[in-house]
Amino acid sequence: MKHYEVEILDAKTREKLCFLDKVEPQATIAEIKNLFTKTHPQWYPARQSLRLEPKGRSLKDEDVLQSLPVGTTATFYFRDLGAQISWVTVFLTEYAGPLLIYLLFYFRVPFLYGPRYDFTASRHAVVHLACACHSFHYIKRLLETLFVHRFSHGTMPLRNIFKNCTYYWGFAAWMAYYINHPLYTPPAYGDEQVKLALAVFLFCQLGNFSIHVALRNLRPAGSKTRKIPYPTRNPFTWLFLLVSCPNYTYEVGSWIGFTIMTQCLPVALFSLVGFVQMAIWAQGKHRSYLREFRDYPPLRSPIVPFLL
Amino acid sequence: MASSEEDGSGNGSVEEKENGKKRSLGALATAWLIFYNIAMTAGWLVLGIAMARFYIQRGTHRGLFRSVQKILKFFQTFALLEVVHCAVVHTSVLVTGVQVSSRIFMVWFIAHSIKQIQNEESVILFLVVWTVTEITRYSFYTFNLLNHLPYFIKWARYNFFIILYPAGVAGELLTIYAALPYVKKTGMYSLRLPNKYNVSFDYYYFLIIVMFSYIPLFPQLYLHMLRQRRKVLHGEVIVEKDD
Repeated sequence: MKHYEVEILDAKTREKLCFLDKVEPQATIAEIKNLFTKTHPQWYPARQSLRLEPKGRSLKDEDVLQSLPVGTTATFYFRDLGAQISWVTVFLTEYAGPLLIYLLFYFRVPFLYGPRYDFTASRHAVVHLACACHSFHYIKRLLETLFVHRFSHGTMPLRNIFKNCTYYWGFAAWMAYYINHPLYTPPAYGDEQVKLALAVFLFCQLGNFSIHVALRNLRPAGSKTRKIPYPTRNPFTWLFLLVSCPNYTYEVGSWIGFTIMTQCLPVALFSLVGFVQMAIWAQGKHRSYLREFRDYPPLRSPIVPFLL
Repeated sequence: MASSEEDGSGNGSVEEKENGKKRSLGALATAWLIFYNIAMTAGWLVLGIAMARFYIQRGTHRGLFRSVQKILKFFQTFALLEVVHCAVVHTSVLVTGVQVSSRIFMVWFIAHSIKQIQNEESVILFLVVWTVTEITRYSFYTFNLLNHLPYFIKWARYNFFIILYPAGVAGELLTIYAALPYVKKTGMYSLRLPNKYNVSFDYYYFLIIVMFSYIPLFPQLYLHMLRQRRKVLHGEVIVEKDD
């Protein structure tokens, strides 16, 4: 069996960082990354980007050495992706924050409102309902992170956790402050408005969960395969007929429901910003589906049926 | 911060990051941009002259803002178009948007709305800084578009900012600081609870946050300009050596 030699150069300085000889032809990029870590322990595999060209695309962990367009001496260029953090850690942190922060405002913990309001309760039923819905939403997200989602990537750059937590925690505090404020004004159309909003919210929470389960079932445990999602027997998944990312559609729907329920402008703004971000992600996902699958259903749009 | 020295917001047809390689624009777009940049150069020149004349004739800066405010408002507001130009000139909409917005903010939401601070020295400071900056910037773009850029204009664009940028920031911050007591007293632009939108806004605290935001933002923009300067003027030096 012919062995390969692998040399790894710094993509920016072209400095030779590592030379590996007697590498198996069937070695994967993941294995080569592990070998590289032995000589440079500060660059653990998750922060390595290896590519064939200094400015080329990153090679995937699953790529096999002999299937790459390299000679028996393969040259890879290395870029440090910076400190990495696992997706699970980021999700758990960014979701636990809003759950706890909202409750601090709900229970009117001292120093948030005036001292005469400390530990008092709102006299509006909708405020209690809103707390239940908000808490349910984030508990659902935490449980899905632990038990439902199957992540394509293990890690993301460390700075993302600061960015993401600022966004989630900041908005949660801003919303919670007004909804649980002693001077909160309940919805203009009273119980009718709250009932409608609750129905929308619950419907979309169920929908979002159904999509997450359907996506999980598409992908076997431990694998990173990608397949076209299709509607299942669960009616909530029938939205796949019209939309590539119905999970985002339902998520926006939930927040619209919460906005109507609380009639609170910061909630509306949070929904809007979330919608814009999810629309961008949905467009990206939609385009990569189209690129990867010849037979992708043409009726689907990224996030809003027929429109966006 | 309101200094529009950011390279990305260029309204010339030159992508300076690409070592002077020019991207071709349509003839109509080029013609419009040339007209726009000439008009803006002229406008800020007129403003500069108006300020100088006022000071020479009256010997004081009191009433200067009132006397030039129409010209200032017209040309600074017109600069909103530069956000649209980004689509044609392939520069960052976000960067240009932030810069133009911060200028509009100073002109309309501070100087115009809070009349009591119009005679502050800090207002004159940022007005002078803006005038010199804009005359340099717009003439730079004009000459670029016409493919006849005199070295001294390029030199000015990449050196004046070293002093002008911090000076402009000082003028803006001092002006906002001077405005704070009046904002607090009148409660202007503020919304209190209870209201049916369940939101509140306090312009006073908003202004304080704006002032603090200069701390992370100003160094980044300043360092970016320094890096651009090294790239553009340093490249120039190498070419001269080869002669």
